[in-house]
Amino acid sequence: MKPSFALVLVAACFSAVTPALAATPEMPRFRWENFTKADGLPDDHVFYVCVDGDRIWAATENGLGLYEKGKWKVYRPQDGLAHRAVLGVAVDKRTGVVWAATMGGLSRLSAGRFENFTQLNSGLPNDVVYGVGVEGDHLWVATAAGAGRLDTRTGQWALFNERNTPMYEIWTYNVSVGPSKVYYAVWGGGVLEYDVKTERWKDYNDPDGETEMVVQRDQGLIHEITTSVSYVEKDKMLWVATYFGASRYDGRNWKNFLEKDSGLPSNFLNHVKAVDGNRAWFSTDKGLAYLDGGNWAVYRPALDTHKPEMLVRDAAGKVTQVATDTAPAHHYVLAVDFQGDDIWVATAKGLSHGVRIQQIKE
Amino acid sequence: MKLSAISAYSARRLFSLRLSLRSLRRRVEVVFPYSFGFASLGTVLIGGIVALSLATLGADTPAAARFSSPIELTLSKDGARLFALCEGTGEVVAFDARSGKIVRRIKVGSVPKGLALSPNGERLYVANSWSDSVSEIDTAALAVVRSLPAGFEPNSVITDLAGRFLYVANRISNDVSVVDLAAGTEVKRLAAGRGASYLAISPDGASIYCTHIYPYPGDFRAPPESDIAVIDTARQVIKDRYRLPNAAGVFHVALSADGRLGMAAQLRPKNLIPLAHVEHGWVFGNSISVFGADVGELVQIPLDELERYFTPPFAIALAPDKSAAYISTTGSDSVTVIDIPRLLAFIRAASPAQRRTLANDLSASANYVVTRIAVGTAPKGLALSSDGKRLYVANRTADTISVIDTAARKVSATFSLQGPATLTAERRGERLFFSARFGFQGHFGCANCHLESTFDGLQWDLEPDGFGQDIVDNRLLEDVAETAPFKWNGGNPNLETECGPRTEKFFYRSESYDGWELSDLVSYIKAMPLRPNRFRLAGGELTPAQERGKAIFERTRTKSGAPIPEANQCQVCHSGKHYTNLKMFDVGSGKATDRSPMVDTPQLNNIVLTAPYLHDGSARTLEEIWTVFNPKDTHGVTNDLQKDELNDLIEYLKTL
Repeated sequence: MKPSFALVLVAACFSAVTPALAATPEMPRFRWENFTKADGLPDDHVFYVCVDGDRIWAATENGLGLYEKGKWKVYRPQDGLAHRAVLGVAVDKRTGVVWAATMGGLSRLSAGRFENFTQLNSGLPNDVVYGVGVEGDHLWVATAAGAGRLDTRTGQWALFNERNTPMYEIWTYNVSVGPSKVYYAVWGGGVLEYDVKTERWKDYNDPDGETEMVVQRDQGLIHEITTSVSYVEKDKMLWVATYFGASRYDGRNWKNFLEKDSGLPSNFLNHVKAVDGNRAWFSTDKGLAYLDGGNWAVYRPALDTHKPEMLVRDAAGKVTQVATDTAPAHHYVLAVDFQGDDIWVATAKGLSHGVRIQQIKE
Repeated sequence: MKLSAISAYSARRLFSLRLSLRSLRRRVEVVFPYSFGFASLGTVLIGGIVALSLATLGADTPAAARFSSPIELTLSKDGARLFALCEGTGEVVAFDARSGKIVRRIKVGSVPKGLALSPNGERLYVANSWSDSVSEIDTAALAVVRSLPAGFEPNSVITDLAGRFLYVANRISNDVSVVDLAAGTEVKRLAAGRGASYLAISPDGASIYCTHIYPYPGDFRAPPESDIAVIDTARQVIKDRYRLPNAAGVFHVALSADGRLGMAAQLRPKNLIPLAHVEHGWVFGNSISVFGADVGELVQIPLDELERYFTPPFAIALAPDKSAAYISTTGSDSVTVIDIPRLLAFIRAASPAQRRTLANDLSASANYVVTRIAVGTAPKGLALSSDGKRLYVANRTADTISVIDTAARKVSATFSLQGPATLTAERRGERLFFSARFGFQGHFGCANCHLESTFDGLQWDLEPDGFGQDIVDNRLLEDVAETAPFKWNGGNPNLETECGPRTEKFFYRSESYDGWELSDLVSYIKAMPLRPNRFRLAGGELTPAQERGKAIFERTRTKSGAPIPEANQCQVCHSGKHYTNLKMFDVGSGKATDRSPMVDTPQLNNIVLTAPYLHDGSARTLEEIWTVFNPKDTHGVTNDLQKDELNDLIEYLKTL
């Protein structure tokens, strides 16, 4: 499916910016520390970032980076990694095993030792692995040829594709794994839900079909070209990122977010990561955005001047510029992860660490 | 006929048969030297007669006799009681550690392999390798009080210092189960090495070390590699791995009382060079990996001497004062004693370059090996008294326990497990299987490649035909009795003509086995039972994926409806009880270095355990047999299968 035309109706949400006033909502503020190859990062193009306690895993175009105790360690194919282009990372918190999704298979890293799964030597559906997630003894992968689940106890692979699920496109792009539900973002195929208890699949699609028109607001998933899903088990809330806006689903109702009527700086979303049912972070091609339930904030180098920029949009739509000296490494943001109050951001030109600035209430 | 009369008759018949076979053996020996690669017709005929005669002979052997086969030992906290784990009878035998009197026999699960005492000494845990469970024994009541879960083929156990969690190394699932002892439930599995086997805890309780007996499946014809996984007991994760280059068959690991010295027993197979180089000290190095603060970077040291080998090293006990290390060498019927201060001085004096090659310097052992103490046959587990004065040694095929006075370095007493009074043919064969005494300079025996009667995951250049010719993958021995011919090239019509015994004779011009011994050895191999399959459901039925795979295995037409030639259907060649029609085929997997592309159709029972695959081990996984080595559909028709269908086929193969 190809977009017939791009949405050009960009509301000037952030075009008429006013300086910060006392009434500006308090949104998280950060001091941004940016890492590039010069600092030891394997590559500036960072596809994904994963926080593992005090350690940070960076999935880059040229290797897997581990940031620990102020230093970077780099893993590449010569160290055992399946492929140099690493698209995703998941850490099994119970066992400490790190799973890396790469363009050439799936790597399991255990205390420095790699074991690689490819479509030739294992039951992995395809060597292009976009996403990976762990829950209990099951590892879930999103690949260019469908979804897969590895039972790490028995070694059995179960594949999910157009033959045994409602997946009419098999290009799975991202996976969000929870104890009761597993969600897949299927590029061009909406969202796929797996119920762990019933072992049944269900799909969610754009009721408008394969168009970019939003005929009726909040009637369903905003678009079929989904890039990321984030499920909040405790709130039973699903967040979806697409190339044409974001969606949120509470199991009954959909809520959509578009650049024209929300604080999103762009409808082109690479990733969404939820904090809870109301709060989420959006990785877009025009900056990092945060929704606290009603207000929005955007963090980026300004698109024109490239100077650090933080914009806050309140629930009424009023946009305020907040003074800041630092910004994420680039406005093209691919993913985020949380480290306590801090945030780590994968961008097209480096990895950023947002060190939370504690705000004193007056 | 009274029993005594029957026995006398049997004995006379036995004697008569032995006489005739002895003369027959002489004739066989005349033929053998000219039949290196392929058995001549004469060999086949005579071998067949030998097999028939020996089978008849085997009928006299009592079938029900079960031998204790003590494999591991541990002492009670006060040292008064010795617990011997007997894998043959599936029991723990509690001895009075001083008198050697048996206090109690406690039945546990099937084929128990490992045991450990709880920190307070009140519980004894036993890994039941064929039951996939752990028996918990009350050491006061001397009774099993609970069964705990484990992974596939639990091999050893250990608790943390608080006694809250039990760690179980699982040999088939290649992981370590973490079991919450309060709840009696398994909370997680940690990915260890292939064939995860032996565990040891550091004195401070912070780390548990885990070895694995099969090497990692690496690239084709690459040196073997293993490691020691280090578990962080606070976080219950694998926190580190000690790489063991060129090592395979890593058994016990032990830590010194101060925690500064670790030692692991291992083999260093030289499987990439022709076996004919054995006289140069190649084929196997028997060595110890030494690690810890006392030595810095891990170093591998040899146990062997220039003209004598001590193989395979199995268990290690370190004296509490770190004065000595004791290592059981199963095939050599001995315990090697290392002077640790001398060893440490020797290692510290070595340059970095010397340390890297130390394991191949067979003269090195003279610097730290102080003696070899002869014990019973096939010594396995060790237990050292807390004062370091008495070392107990489990002599597996002797059904005895040697008690060594460590000051005198001599056996001071021998405890008996009181097994059957008469050895059966299988038992005699088992002794031979584990013994290296027939090998050139005691270099190796059957159990060096068939680790603990299984396999080794390696590919060998067995034949004296030049470098890199006819590489063969090692196969599982279990349940092979009805799968003749043997060898990948089908050159051996029966087990009697199998390579091992012949190799001894022709390579090294040694006396090797006589006909009786050969008969016993074959009896043992034929009696090896097939271990339980872990991938079948309890009732024997198949999962949906396995059912779909079975249909693919049995199909006669391609997905497009075209008939599959009979010779290219899975179920035709892999037919019968053992999934082999016992015939030779060219399935397109032959290499330019093979003398013939024809290979013996292998049996498939428990095939999932024995990666790598194909005759030369070039397929690292079951998948690669078809994704890499079957481009022209010559090894079954598989190229019309979707990926998930191939996965289904493999799920079915795992159940065989």
